[in-house]
Amino acid sequence: MGPRPDGKLVPLREAISRFVPEGATVVMGTCLESLIPFAAGHEIIRQRRRDLTLVGPISDVLFDQLIGAGCVARVVAAWVGNVSAGLGHAYRRATEHGIPRPVEVVDTSNFAVALALMAGALGVPYLPTRSLLGSDVPRHAEAFRFSEDPWSGEPLLLVRAIQPDVAILAVQRSDPDGNAHLWGNLGVTEEAALASRHVVLLAEEVVDPEVIRSDPNRVLLPGFKVSAVVHCPGGCHPSPVPGYYRRDHAFYEEYHRATRTEEGFREWLRTWVLEVPDRQAYLERLGPRWEALRRLQPAPAAPVDYAW
Amino acid sequence: MVTDVADWTVGELMVVAASREIRDGEVVFVGMRLPLLAYCVAKRLHAPRSVGVFENGIVRDVPTPQLLYTMSDTPNVVGAVWCTRMANVMGLLQRGDVDVGFIGGAQVDRFGNVNSSYVGDPHRPQVKLPGSGGAADIASLAKRLVVILPHGRHRLVERVDFRTSPGYGDGPGWRQRVGLPRGGPSAVITDRAVFRFDPQTCEAVLHHWHPGQSLQDVLENTGWPVRVADGASPTPEPSEEELGVLREYDPEGVWTGNRNRSDRP
Repeated sequence: MGPRPDGKLVPLREAISRFVPEGATVVMGTCLESLIPFAAGHEIIRQRRRDLTLVGPISDVLFDQLIGAGCVARVVAAWVGNVSAGLGHAYRRATEHGIPRPVEVVDTSNFAVALALMAGALGVPYLPTRSLLGSDVPRHAEAFRFSEDPWSGEPLLLVRAIQPDVAILAVQRSDPDGNAHLWGNLGVTEEAALASRHVVLLAEEVVDPEVIRSDPNRVLLPGFKVSAVVHCPGGCHPSPVPGYYRRDHAFYEEYHRATRTEEGFREWLRTWVLEVPDRQAYLERLGPRWEALRRLQPAPAAPVDYAW
Repeated sequence: MVTDVADWTVGELMVVAASREIRDGEVVFVGMRLPLLAYCVAKRLHAPRSVGVFENGIVRDVPTPQLLYTMSDTPNVVGAVWCTRMANVMGLLQRGDVDVGFIGGAQVDRFGNVNSSYVGDPHRPQVKLPGSGGAADIASLAKRLVVILPHGRHRLVERVDFRTSPGYGDGPGWRQRVGLPRGGPSAVITDRAVFRFDPQTCEAVLHHWHPGQSLQDVLENTGWPVRVADGASPTPEPSEEELGVLREYDPEGVWTGNRNRSDRP
């Protein structure tokens, strides 16, 4: 299915250049460790976007890469590092030594990220919680305020809404208008999608609208909220996509070892991002390990019937 | 570094100790690595009706078909009873539907507060750690909390540099004062010992030291003057049955330390 002249189905390069301007607030990595849109992050690095604010619960190494590449001014995330291998070396260099540039960190928690995006999605200025009372995490007054329940007087924490400029979200399949199916753990994906001004979808497959409409309960959000659809098979490697490919654990371990030094990080970036024009070339560079990750145990769901 | 002394690793002992914190029928906020294995062991042996909840939105009541490196690995989705939004599972936690949660961290103090954010001054940190993830939420809202971390004087400290995950704050009455609805730490499991919390003083008290450790080793490697419980004893060793189940899930010792690896301590 080719791109239409005025359609939403665009190449990744165009989606990033149109919807991720300098200084944008970008939410990514919303399913947690799965369906992380690494291809989009790498394109942001290649287009040398600067001064971004990154929002996410945990990002695995995607945020570490963007920070190390100097694209980021501010991080609003519950956790930044390498989930299976350890600390994020680039994140540490930036936050401890300002290399390659200082990054402001707004501490938060997974639940608080979910609430901030949910408030953004609901169009309210904040949502209250009983989490984090007594924690040092909510110390940024622009993101959190302590208050109380107006009825009972009990302490509450107010989590301020976040409405990102753009949500970059990976899905298993989408139609050309952005009506998309997502399955597996959803994390904060629905909230992020509904809270953001623009939504860019990275789809493993682009399918006919009839496929999506056959199962409307599996739809992430209606297409009218989506600004761009990118057909990007393998766009989440090394993170997994249920039904499509498994997690490449070794790749995270290799990244961890390779990026221990600043020079190592730059070399890694050259090999896997800067010298790679697009995702297709990246997958070719992966070679046979990419094929291995796509050998799966089938596990189809029982079909549902919307008989009427 | 703690040396293994038997035909099981210290990591395996920690997993088994953690699994014994799970009671049958409980709803468990599982976490990753060692607690994930602990849940598998408990589920198969003494807590078959327990249910595992993951912050990415997965709820499952059968062990995964394969070892997990992260909670969002595809084998954790297959056979789950529910795949949903984080807000729904965090809602279970906030309402009080979760019995026990597991977290790790870089530091824990005598009142069970956990730091996973900054080593040193948060404004000019010596080390920037990854952050809370869901740990602060679990510590705030679960009915019981189990903390798992390596032992050392710089890790078990009088007072944490940064209170990421609230324990008992500065002592009795603190959780209620700040408005936390329930909960608090019930155990700290390290690679040297097991601590439990005194309900009166809210202080971590030494209950078990692992085989191969002496009581003195533990006291010398803890950053506050430790109280020793009446009847404190060596940690019960893992049974053959417990080790068997554990090794089914992690035969290579990915999370528990490989028993055949040459770089073992």
